[in-house]
Amino acid sequence: MSKAVTENRSKNRRTTLLLSGVVVLMFGFGFAMVPLYNLFCQITGTQSLSQRSEIGRVVALSDGVDKSRWVTVKFDTTVHPNLPWAFNALTHKMRVHPGETYEVNFTAQNRSNETVTGQAIPSVAPWQATPYFSKMDCFCFNKQTLSGTEKADMPLRFMVSTDLPEEIHSLTLSYSFMRLKETETIDEKQGISKRIAVNGVE
Amino acid sequence: MSTTTLTHDEAHHHEAPKGWRRWLFSTNHKDIGTLYLLFALIMLFVGGASAMLIRMELFQPGIQLLDPDLYNNLVTNHALIMIFGAVMPAAAGLANWMIPMMIGAPDMALPRMNNLSFWILPAAATMLLLSFVVPFFPGGGTQINTGWTIYPPLSVQVGMSMDFLIFAIHLLGISSVLASINIIVTLLNMRAPGMKMLKMPMFCWTWLVTAFLLILVVPVLAGGVTMLLFDRHFGTSFFDAAGGGDPVLFQHLFWFFGHPEVYILLLPSIGVLSHVIPAFSRKPLFGYNSMVGAMIAVATIGMVVWAHHQYTIGMSLGAVTYFMIGTILISIPVGLMIFNFIATMWRGAMTFETPMLFAVGIVLMFTFGGLSGVMLAVVPADMQYHDSMFVVAHFHYVLMPGAVFGLFAGVFYWLPKWTGHMYDEKLGKLFFWTNVIGFNITFFPQHFLGLAGMPRRIVDYNVMFTEFNVISSVGAMIFGLSHLLLLYIVIKTIRGGKKAESRAWEGAKGLEWELDSPPAFHTWTVAPQIK
Repeated sequence: MSKAVTENRSKNRRTTLLLSGVVVLMFGFGFAMVPLYNLFCQITGTQSLSQRSEIGRVVALSDGVDKSRWVTVKFDTTVHPNLPWAFNALTHKMRVHPGETYEVNFTAQNRSNETVTGQAIPSVAPWQATPYFSKMDCFCFNKQTLSGTEKADMPLRFMVSTDLPEEIHSLTLSYSFMRLKETETIDEKQGISKRIAVNGVE
Repeated sequence: MSTTTLTHDEAHHHEAPKGWRRWLFSTNHKDIGTLYLLFALIMLFVGGASAMLIRMELFQPGIQLLDPDLYNNLVTNHALIMIFGAVMPAAAGLANWMIPMMIGAPDMALPRMNNLSFWILPAAATMLLLSFVVPFFPGGGTQINTGWTIYPPLSVQVGMSMDFLIFAIHLLGISSVLASINIIVTLLNMRAPGMKMLKMPMFCWTWLVTAFLLILVVPVLAGGVTMLLFDRHFGTSFFDAAGGGDPVLFQHLFWFFGHPEVYILLLPSIGVLSHVIPAFSRKPLFGYNSMVGAMIAVATIGMVVWAHHQYTIGMSLGAVTYFMIGTILISIPVGLMIFNFIATMWRGAMTFETPMLFAVGIVLMFTFGGLSGVMLAVVPADMQYHDSMFVVAHFHYVLMPGAVFGLFAGVFYWLPKWTGHMYDEKLGKLFFWTNVIGFNITFFPQHFLGLAGMPRRIVDYNVMFTEFNVISSVGAMIFGLSHLLLLYIVIKTIRGGKKAESRAWEGAKGLEWELDSPPAFHTWTVAPQIK
């Protein structure tokens, strides 16, 4: 084999190694995105509109009730697979006046024989309505513990603010119930993106 | 160098080996190119069959043929098979055949790796088909009803067929990364003496950029699906909110791959057009340098605008504005390419053989798809169109002309070179017209369906959408069946036909036309001198 061919071979090998390095780097970049993405979102707050400053703003309790306006509120429930509970809304849909306080009940039942603790995480759709939906009293403020096969009612008192934008006629409140270790709580203000230690699926 | 290469070749492999060994152990770029093209042709029919089943189901409202999960599994398979099974291997087949012949190299730089990168594909395709078959067996779990984007949390809940799919994606990724490395090394190191980078044929340039895109984004997808696999089986919570993860992260990883993927599919076809249009306009390509520049610009901007697929996830105003402006910016270099093609045709002595018909069709229809793309890039408008049939119409108008018709043009353009026979021009033209008319009947009405509010990826629809769906389904049958004609033409050309000259088209320029048709098993063992 002549010098030229050998030279070409080693040149090819160099380029190949270099490009393989790029591939490995990019594979690593995918995993580096996990912490970087969280960091980026925390610094810039680009992650979610629903978690921007309005959310921290306390909605002033409206002085009066707007009897002329109707808003439809729908209730939706999800149970994370790691929680052996049944969880349902007793009222699925209701029409409310902004400014008036209403109470609805949810029901939860532990399907296992062990005592299990969970907590519900609320979210409102459309997200633009989030700051105008205030929960005076909610089972989601605290962790809930049910002993084996125990059944419990979960009450919610809420009000839709009179400041709710005109174009919103209907909104959905959705709860996801998740399993929780006995010692931890979910701070609602931190949002669900904050790392919370939760029991895995066995 | 040249003389030693000759003796080396003479000593080891004079002629093509015989039998199955020729194909299984092949390190010859022409044979591997043929294998890639045949594989792509088979996958085109598999993916096309699933598309026709989808359209049959949508012929009438209600659920006729397919239950919802099966329907969505077919939607998933159609996308994955067409993208990873048909378009990318076909483009890689063209690259394998043409790049060494175009740059005056005896073969690809890494022939054994070339063999590996092809032979991974049948294994990957088997995995993909297994993911479809497994749910039919007891204990096989649910079907992959997620669409090709495999977003969690749904993809975490799907049965074991998702694991087959994840491994299929890993294999496909490895295959295309290996092929890309091979192509880049070949293009950087193996050019004939005197061929500077800016003298390289356009098809080689487009593949250089495509290959770089592939090695940059495919590993990120591999990382994303690996995390998905870990979430499914090893108790991690990369994408599980309950464990502190974020399902939106997967969307970012996926589209960081998924958007550049669009350009990966498009660019090789732009490369083909840059040869076909000058050849049949009998003029050199207008604005070669600007073409190269525009292409690099498209690839670069295309890497950083992925989140325009995710406008509705609730990003901040600043973020969506950035992604909107970036996306619209891409239309400038793409527009420049289109204008270059039109300027090449301008006052040329044009004739309309089948490759040229496809080329002109691409310039028209791809531009149309680009236009609806700009509509979708605008945030407030996209909020309306998101996940509607309008999106389906848009990306088929971009990908069918942009990628597939470009490959058809390339196949018809180089078929005489590969086989040594001219294809039947009459049949070729018939194929073009049935194909293009079928395509437009299928996808044009879907714009209206989307604007009227018909969602995509749903098996049933409101009766008010019936008429346009009927038209679309009839078009899809014409479109799908027209590909049988392609199969017939290709087989007929391989078996015989009018003898092709070495310069099969009198306007064709480039090193590949200096070789015989069909070329010898080993070509350019003596590198040509480029002035």
